[in-house]
Amino acid sequence: MADKQATRQAYGEVLVELGANNKDLVVMDADLSKSTMTVGFSKAFPERFFNMGIAEQNMYGVAAGLAASGKTVVASTFAMFATGRAFEIIRNSIGYPHLNVKICATHAGVTVGEDGASHQAIEDIALMRTIPGMTVLNPSDGVSARKAVEAAVAMDGPVYVRLGRAAVPIVYDEDMDFEIGKGILVKDGTDVTIVATGIMVNEAIQAAGMLEAEGVSVRIIDIHTIKPIDEEILIKAAKETKGIVTAEEHSVIGGLGSAVAEVTAKNAPAKIKMIGIQDRFGQSGKPNQLMAEYNLTAADIVKACKEILA
Amino acid sequence: MVNVDEVKKAAQDMRKDIIKAISAAGSGHPGGSLSATDILATLYFYKMNVNPADPDMENRDKFVLSKGHAAPALYAALGRKGYFDVNEMYSLRKIGSVFQGHPDMKKIPGVEMSTGSLGQGFSTAVGMALAGKLDGRKSKVYVLLGDGEIQEGIVWEAAMSAAHYKLDNLVAILDNNGLQIDGRNDDVMQVEPIYEKFESFGWEVMEADGHDIEELAEKLDEADDVEGKPVMIIARTVKGKGVSFMEDEAGWHGKAPNVEETAQAIEELGGEQ
Repeated sequence: MADKQATRQAYGEVLVELGANNKDLVVMDADLSKSTMTVGFSKAFPERFFNMGIAEQNMYGVAAGLAASGKTVVASTFAMFATGRAFEIIRNSIGYPHLNVKICATHAGVTVGEDGASHQAIEDIALMRTIPGMTVLNPSDGVSARKAVEAAVAMDGPVYVRLGRAAVPIVYDEDMDFEIGKGILVKDGTDVTIVATGIMVNEAIQAAGMLEAEGVSVRIIDIHTIKPIDEEILIKAAKETKGIVTAEEHSVIGGLGSAVAEVTAKNAPAKIKMIGIQDRFGQSGKPNQLMAEYNLTAADIVKACKEILA
Repeated sequence: MVNVDEVKKAAQDMRKDIIKAISAAGSGHPGGSLSATDILATLYFYKMNVNPADPDMENRDKFVLSKGHAAPALYAALGRKGYFDVNEMYSLRKIGSVFQGHPDMKKIPGVEMSTGSLGQGFSTAVGMALAGKLDGRKSKVYVLLGDGEIQEGIVWEAAMSAAHYKLDNLVAILDNNGLQIDGRNDDVMQVEPIYEKFESFGWEVMEADGHDIEELAEKLDEADDVEGKPVMIIARTVKGKGVSFMEDEAGWHGKAPNVEETAQAIEELGGEQ
């Protein structure tokens, strides 16, 4: 197995497997099939693949109509255009009637890289989680991405799946358990908790390694389901450790950090530091350069953990 | 052959339902409901293969009210057709009522899509027609748009996609009453030439008097014979049709009649039976 894989790559592969078993599965794209990786499905099942052209709003509207007719619809484009441009269609035509559409959006976050701010969705989680009944998934690696897509297709109702462009390290074994709404205790610890989502889970693991070397006991929780969020695992961490560092490749306004703070503020007030994009737009650059520029690295997480413990 | 008297009777009853329900609600959209009434009556009481006793019938025709603010007209059609007791719709717009200000498919049998945000219903109808093709169904999807509604960009995205996928099982009807909230379409944002626009987008375009049941029925029948492309029927209508003081008045787009106005409207529509 490759030690690195883009989550969009895993998505494209599992889609073809799902298509073989589910004749009611329909896939749509908006002229980005070679980037979102729906291209595999389009070749395997051309009769059930619809390229809607560069028209994201209509794509999600048509997806709603297909879903209302009994189809399980997976509709892909970049996260920016799915959740931004088509927000109101997703809200009114998919969310409000609670239709079975899976919004599998790729190229989320600043690791889109060179394309720059116009293509870097850093508010998609915030937008999607405000829609009643919307399930929001943000897998951390190729293995969990594959399982997230399987789980999304298996459940009834609208789901947002956040996927990335860049190849990222494989974090999980193939036999990992992925259950929607259930956070994963990646590593137990007693001093401080890092709650990470998406590609930041790997940064959290690196950060924990550095901290453990200094004698700090770190708990890591992977919140792959931003909504419905696993309150139990968060409340437990808030009570059992001295504070929480949230880590997301997304704006700290409305994303994982906000979601965790909502839970702890109501149930177990905790000291929280938020690693994420601090009310800024993205920019062009290499993914690793951007991770450093926006303070999204393991070293930034280490620093935040130390501030909690200071 | 269309039984014109039967459809006309249904339309007249629907008009009274619409006025009474909006009056009871104290708000709503009488103008665009009344302009669409004859179109809805022709669809539900002549053209469409639907079954109120089995709203989810496999091979039913589907109707999407893309101009969702004409919800009272849809509720009246469904009620008169027998999906529910038409008197229930007098809870329109009241808290807890299934008769929301704009249609909610989760709450009312026979409502195929939740609509209200303009342009979106048209896209969803394209999706339903696409699903019909995938499943090899012979049934049709009908969708009603307002003429102001076609100012929405998504309408043209949807129009392009319906032609691209050769959806000859999709029939759109345009309620062309010429008015929108802020005034005449021509003044607010020019929508003409509608015929040429849809034709150039690859649609088969027809025209009809939207209050002439016989002509509407004829065009809807003609639409059955069109192959390889979707059909747009531009129905010329009068906003507020049937109530003298509402006719062709933009001011009656989104305003409820008071007690006196309601009484006069009902009187003009033939009075209570």
